[in-house]
Amino acid sequence: MSGVDYLLPYDFSPLTVAGSLLALGLYGVALLRMPAHDRPGPGRVVTFVIGVLLCYGVMQTRFDYYSQYMFFVHRGQHLVLHHLGPFLIALSNPLPVLRFWHRTLGLAGKPWLRPLAWLYRVLQHPVIAAVLFVGLIYFWLWPAVHFDAMLSRDLYWLMNWSMLLDGLLFWWLIFDPRSPATTAALGYGKRMLMLALAALPQMVLGAWIVFSREMVYDVYEVCGRAWPMAPETDQLLGGLLTWIPPAMMSILGILILLRRAMHGDTPRPHQSRSQSLANGGVS
Amino acid sequence: MRYLLTALLALGTLLAGCSNDADWHGKDISGLMPELAFELTGTNGEPVHAGDSAGHLRMLYFGFTSCPDVCPDTLARLRMAINELPEPQRQQVDVLFVSVDPGRDTPERLASYVDFFGERITGLTGTEPQLRALSKRYRTTFGYDEPDENGNYNVSHSSAVYVFDHKGQARLLLRPDLSPQQISEDLARLADQN
Repeated sequence: MSGVDYLLPYDFSPLTVAGSLLALGLYGVALLRMPAHDRPGPGRVVTFVIGVLLCYGVMQTRFDYYSQYMFFVHRGQHLVLHHLGPFLIALSNPLPVLRFWHRTLGLAGKPWLRPLAWLYRVLQHPVIAAVLFVGLIYFWLWPAVHFDAMLSRDLYWLMNWSMLLDGLLFWWLIFDPRSPATTAALGYGKRMLMLALAALPQMVLGAWIVFSREMVYDVYEVCGRAWPMAPETDQLLGGLLTWIPPAMMSILGILILLRRAMHGDTPRPHQSRSQSLANGGVS
Repeated sequence: MRYLLTALLALGTLLAGCSNDADWHGKDISGLMPELAFELTGTNGEPVHAGDSAGHLRMLYFGFTSCPDVCPDTLARLRMAINELPEPQRQQVDVLFVSVDPGRDTPERLASYVDFFGERITGLTGTEPQLRALSKRYRTTFGYDEPDENGNYNVSHSSAVYVFDHKGQARLLLRPDLSPQQISEDLARLADQN
């Protein structure tokens, strides 16, 4: 296999390619057209692009092949789709871009958007969002469900896309750039509580996989591995990837929120209110 | 809270629906996989299609002839399972053994290998792209280890047997821990449905 082959999709998904292109395209056009004082700086643009490319990369390159046939690579794929990618995308604060398109397309008050807005508010209820975030991990890692998802192409794509969408919703709620002091955004304390509570069940699940003596996910044994690797090693690595990096990302999220909350505590009279709002409350 | 309960209920229903294959010994894969289709080379060097065995129950198994234990064990269990079936049903069951090691498994070598495992078995192989396409279709793969100093290498491959009914629909996945009796019971049930 040549280098180019590693960049080509193993299982071509038009939806994934179109979704990634659309996200990058809409972001780019908004950057060029929006007023300069709204425009995100280079650091935020790079963060957003890396987030999108990571999600694309784990679904539409050779990485996806290894994800289908090695448990630990699959855990790495979900780490990117559910945690790292959406984490970066939300952290890059694409709110000005969303506002630009909201304005340009004149979406305010459109009746057909109402059910979508209602669904969004339901999903972003802190309890539902946290239960959904952990619940989806448990659901797709339920051995019987996991077996079917790895055997069926349709279920496999449903699994990956549901993880990505849920990751985006969750981390967007956590890193919502609007200040809870001046808007209806969720308070920092609740956000940190969500992160801490979501981390615990993930750590339990990861540790359970690591310390399981028997094979929990035999679908990789049944369907053949990408290369001959001891099943115990594969399961151990996969368990570690379920256990440690997500826990670390929760702590990292809490630290970022703590920093924001502490900035909010210190009044800074020199910064005008309009500038703070344009930045979405992020300095 | 009400939403939460609804979500949990929905989750419970889904989970219950997914473990509903208690009546088969194998794992029910109806609707999860596409129907049987392939174009490979038989032990006589001629092309073989899925349609050649249409109307039969077919058991698809990936392996290689240098396989130390898993392949001979599986093929022996399949032969015993078929031999336990009554005579008319026995004639409706085919084993399709696909070698994923075309570098070593020539049609001749494959022919002498499958002869060990009864009359109902067909040895098949193909070019690596053909084999990759077929294994991808059934969500499995194979890989090669680095050869040792004698040129021997291990091959990772699926350890399960895919069972297709007489119409070519994917029906069961037989895990390697099933006994010949259990396989035989599943095959008899499938043959009765024909």
